[in-house]
Amino acid sequence: MNNPGKIGGGRLTRAEQNNDTRREQTVKMPRRKILARLWQYLGRYRRLLILAIALVLLSNLFVLVGPKLSGMAIDAVGVGAGEADFPRVLRLVALMVACYALSALLRLLLQKVMLRLRRNVIYRMRKDVFDSLISLPVGYFDGRQTGDILSVISYDIDTVNESLSGDFIQVLQSLVTVVVSFIMMLTIAPRLVLIFAVTVPLSFFYTRWIAARVRPLYARRSQRLGQLNGFMEEMMDGQKTTKAYGREKEVLAAFDEQNEQAVSAYTRAEYMGTLVGASVNFINNVSLALVSVLGGLLYLSGGVGLGDISSFVQYSRKFSGPINEMANIIGDLQSAFAAAERVLRLMDATPEKPDAPDAAKLEAVRGDVTMKNVDFGYTQGVPVIQNFSMHARAGSVIAIVGETGAGKTTIINLLMRFYDIDRGSIRVDGKDIYHVTRDSLRRAYTMVLQDTWLFSGTIFDNIAYGKPGATRVEVERAARAAMIHNFIVRLPKGYDTMIGDSGANISKGQKQLMTIARAMLLDSKMLILDEATSNVDTRTEQKIQAAMRQLMEGRTSFVIAHRLSTIRNADHILVVDDGNIAEQGTHEQLMAQNGPYSKLYYAQFETY
Amino acid sequence: MKTIYRYIRPYGGVLILTLLLKLAAALLDLLIPSFLARIIDDAVPSGDRMAIFRMGGVMVLCAVLSMLTNVTANRMAAQTSGKATRAVRHDLFEKLSMLSAKQLDDVSVPSAVSRLTTDTYNLNQMFSRIQRMGVRAPILLVGGIFITFMMDAALTLVLLATLPFIAVLIYMVTKKSIPLYTKQQGVLDNLVRTVQENITGVRVIKALSKGRHEKERYDTVNLELADVEQRAGNVMAVVNPATSLILNIGLTLVVLLGAWLVNAGRSSTGNIIAFLNYFTIILNAMLGITRIFVMLSKGTASAMRVEEVLMMEDAMPILPEKKKTNTPYHIEFCQVSFSYNKVADNLTDISFALRQGETLGILGATGSGKTTIVNLMMRLYDADEGTILLDGRNIRTIPLEELHAMFGVVFQNDFIMADTMAENIRYFRDIPQERLELSAKDAQAWDFISATKEGLQHTAATRGNNLSGGQRQRVLIARALAGKPDILILDDASSALDFRTDAMLRKALHEKYRETTAIIIAQRISSIKGADKILVLDDGRIIGAGTHEELMTTNDVYRDIARTQMGLEGGGANE
Repeated sequence: MNNPGKIGGGRLTRAEQNNDTRREQTVKMPRRKILARLWQYLGRYRRLLILAIALVLLSNLFVLVGPKLSGMAIDAVGVGAGEADFPRVLRLVALMVACYALSALLRLLLQKVMLRLRRNVIYRMRKDVFDSLISLPVGYFDGRQTGDILSVISYDIDTVNESLSGDFIQVLQSLVTVVVSFIMMLTIAPRLVLIFAVTVPLSFFYTRWIAARVRPLYARRSQRLGQLNGFMEEMMDGQKTTKAYGREKEVLAAFDEQNEQAVSAYTRAEYMGTLVGASVNFINNVSLALVSVLGGLLYLSGGVGLGDISSFVQYSRKFSGPINEMANIIGDLQSAFAAAERVLRLMDATPEKPDAPDAAKLEAVRGDVTMKNVDFGYTQGVPVIQNFSMHARAGSVIAIVGETGAGKTTIINLLMRFYDIDRGSIRVDGKDIYHVTRDSLRRAYTMVLQDTWLFSGTIFDNIAYGKPGATRVEVERAARAAMIHNFIVRLPKGYDTMIGDSGANISKGQKQLMTIARAMLLDSKMLILDEATSNVDTRTEQKIQAAMRQLMEGRTSFVIAHRLSTIRNADHILVVDDGNIAEQGTHEQLMAQNGPYSKLYYAQFETY
Repeated sequence: MKTIYRYIRPYGGVLILTLLLKLAAALLDLLIPSFLARIIDDAVPSGDRMAIFRMGGVMVLCAVLSMLTNVTANRMAAQTSGKATRAVRHDLFEKLSMLSAKQLDDVSVPSAVSRLTTDTYNLNQMFSRIQRMGVRAPILLVGGIFITFMMDAALTLVLLATLPFIAVLIYMVTKKSIPLYTKQQGVLDNLVRTVQENITGVRVIKALSKGRHEKERYDTVNLELADVEQRAGNVMAVVNPATSLILNIGLTLVVLLGAWLVNAGRSSTGNIIAFLNYFTIILNAMLGITRIFVMLSKGTASAMRVEEVLMMEDAMPILPEKKKTNTPYHIEFCQVSFSYNKVADNLTDISFALRQGETLGILGATGSGKTTIVNLMMRLYDADEGTILLDGRNIRTIPLEELHAMFGVVFQNDFIMADTMAENIRYFRDIPQERLELSAKDAQAWDFISATKEGLQHTAATRGNNLSGGQRQRVLIARALAGKPDILILDDASSALDFRTDAMLRKALHEKYRETTAIIIAQRISSIKGADKILVLDDGRIIGAGTHEELMTTNDVYRDIARTQMGLEGGGANE
């Protein structure tokens, strides 16, 4: 009977995965660490960054001189009729125009520089995430929803970058504006500046208080969007099934629930975010009231001139404007932090173990494979394979048979080092596979999986995938050997047909033949067929088998198949049950033993 | 964009209220500086300190009111846009699940997903920001202009003269940027597709050590995306500095004209100071408006992508029911032909008839059209020629819900949700627990399900990754049986089962589902050998029909297949 742990022994289930995310949620990345990591990205483009800072400084200085000049112009106009000093006014106005023009030019330049910086950073970040993805072990993907990972690449990275480029520049700009305005105000009316001693700390602490509340809301928003994405991806994949069962309404209802949660998560985050802006705007208005009152009083006591009040008010607007902006940015930053955390987490996921320091390339492979006393389980403490041993001589054909779920694919996972064993050893040509480079080990195998995998590219590219630089002649020869050449040339664009073009309509079986053609092109010493022909009809399969036999010539072949007629010709048969080898031997030996194998064999001819 | 506006319309009342609140807040903000002018022009010259405090008090009061209205309005805006987004996404998802298989192929799954997420998210951002800033900025602009106009018409006219320039600028920029944003979303689709392929193909990629190659492939798309983003950004980059420049030039003109007016005694200095103050508000409002246009461009690109799907026509209209043909048959195909690409036929002149409870086996080479027959029978595609009758009714006259309710089906490589076994078998239907168990037993899935600690509550991983191929197929068959279907379709659904399990499954079907008409597509003769009728397909045509025994004598192809599969000496030894 089946082992209780067996099917659960697989990779992470959704429940476990949720536990996993929950655990991830609780271990929050410290903000300082996130900032430091983000800084690495900006710091890489130091030159652009310095240029941007210089441009921010310059352009703002020019803009900030404007109010001072206009104040001076107003003073030159005087209070009553006929007091104006026109030459001076004209001079000042000309100066203003020049300042504004220069500042506009610099700002345009700044935007371009920032766009360049943003482009570099986002490109780099997407690249790093992908590089990490490529290095992750198979087990990582077996346990996670694709949609959730995709959400990190599309949505989260974008959010981080909106913020990095947009907000970074805003912060800088604001900083300059605030400092310069402050100095200007000090020179105009130091006593009025005292007002800000009240309002600025007020805004500052208030903003911080809000920010602390907003951050978890944004984290939740990112997480919910990821979940929604995962759900949608899954359901789009199953659209045909949903249709076939007429369950569109029910699926829609399940979707609505997810949708509702996502929407309410970001409605709340957004509302809290805007609260900041509204309140800071309030504080600004109050400070304007204070400036007016105090300014009026000061003027009465002769402390300031009218032009001064004008400039001061303009500066105070400029001064509080950025603070207002900043408050909005805080919201964005919180959302960026939440997104950055998800991005960094993906980058930090544990990659496949590096090759051992003494790892040599596996070369001149003969194809002699031994597994000795191997123990393995997908989850700790739940063994799937126990004390498993076998020996495959170079060039032999090993058939692995057994009831479904008995752990046959697991052996392949171990041979190819998709998963690492817990105990025991696996050797190729007597060399421990944990002491050779993973790449050379994997390249020593040719693998045809049950799930056909073709990418969106031409048929030619898909077949030539395993052999870069393969010529047209080689590809066609492989396609012919896989009995798919005739089909391909009948397509309107032949070998240049794009996979995924809806017009082409390539069936599952035909796709499988293409993956077989892909395998035909490889010249490795070991072959893995994982139920490779289950989507192909018998007539075609026979032809393929002829070709396969040719391919298997001189290669050690591991074949997982249910068609006993194909297994019968194997040199050695492993009958797997519950992860252990129940029997091994040749067809004749096993039939004579009258064990599990013979039972499987006779089942072929039972009808009802 | 029109379709998208429909989603905001139901919230018209709330929307108007939000806008009114925003209007009030904006007007209050506008009022505040005018008290400054009154302090300088009225209170200060007369030396009335109490008046100064009074004015100051009014300013603070305005500030409080402005904040309260703002906060309320923002909350309403967030809620409205949330609801609108939810509705858009709901309809989009619904539409996507109604699309014919062909239409979904055209859109492609990754693009459908990104339309559902990124694009609807962009819409949400557009909705809420337009409510928040879309009112405030124009009101501040119009209000600012109005107040300045009351203060000094001549000076305001100078300012207004600059606006047409800004309008032209915005028009030109948006016209250029919308196509760029549309393209950007398209390239993003490609990027997502590439990553998705890398996830699903992780084993192949690793086996062939193609990591570096995949990095390069991804890099190409990544570069393209980065470039399109930069190009769209570059177009937009002009807006802000140019708007500021135009307005600031207007400002200097105001100072110049103001100097002349004051000198001529036709205006006051306090007026000009307040004017300049309003000018800052107007400038900021203008910049706000340009930012809205940036958002609109991005939102429009997304809206168009969403609309494109929403506007797709119903590919499969339901015809009015005509008179039922009287027939003893449950399923009838009458001279049916079909082509996917409408160039070469995938099925040609297919005819057969089945009575209730009979079993049809279909055998044929890869690509010979076996699955296509199922696709047509379930009306996932419409036949080009010929008719398909169920109980004498043309399937085109049967509402899709009613039609699909008759079937229980397992497709090739059908899909498993990351959910419990129970939910996977139930598949959103209303099926009692005992029935789930029974169907799992009939499908030979009960053994391995009950062997787990959680039983039916055992959870499948994404894409059923923690199940073997055979376990997956058995769960899928249980799903098909659970609804006690009139018609059962198994499309290569037992290929991963070992022979013994397969035989037990056939036995269960034969004994417990006598009234169910079954269509079984298989590669193995043993799976269909006992069928009442067997079709042998080749290149979309029927080249043989009959029972196993008949075909063994009349059909060479069938006999060949049977011989090689059963194995001559194996078959002999058994019989």
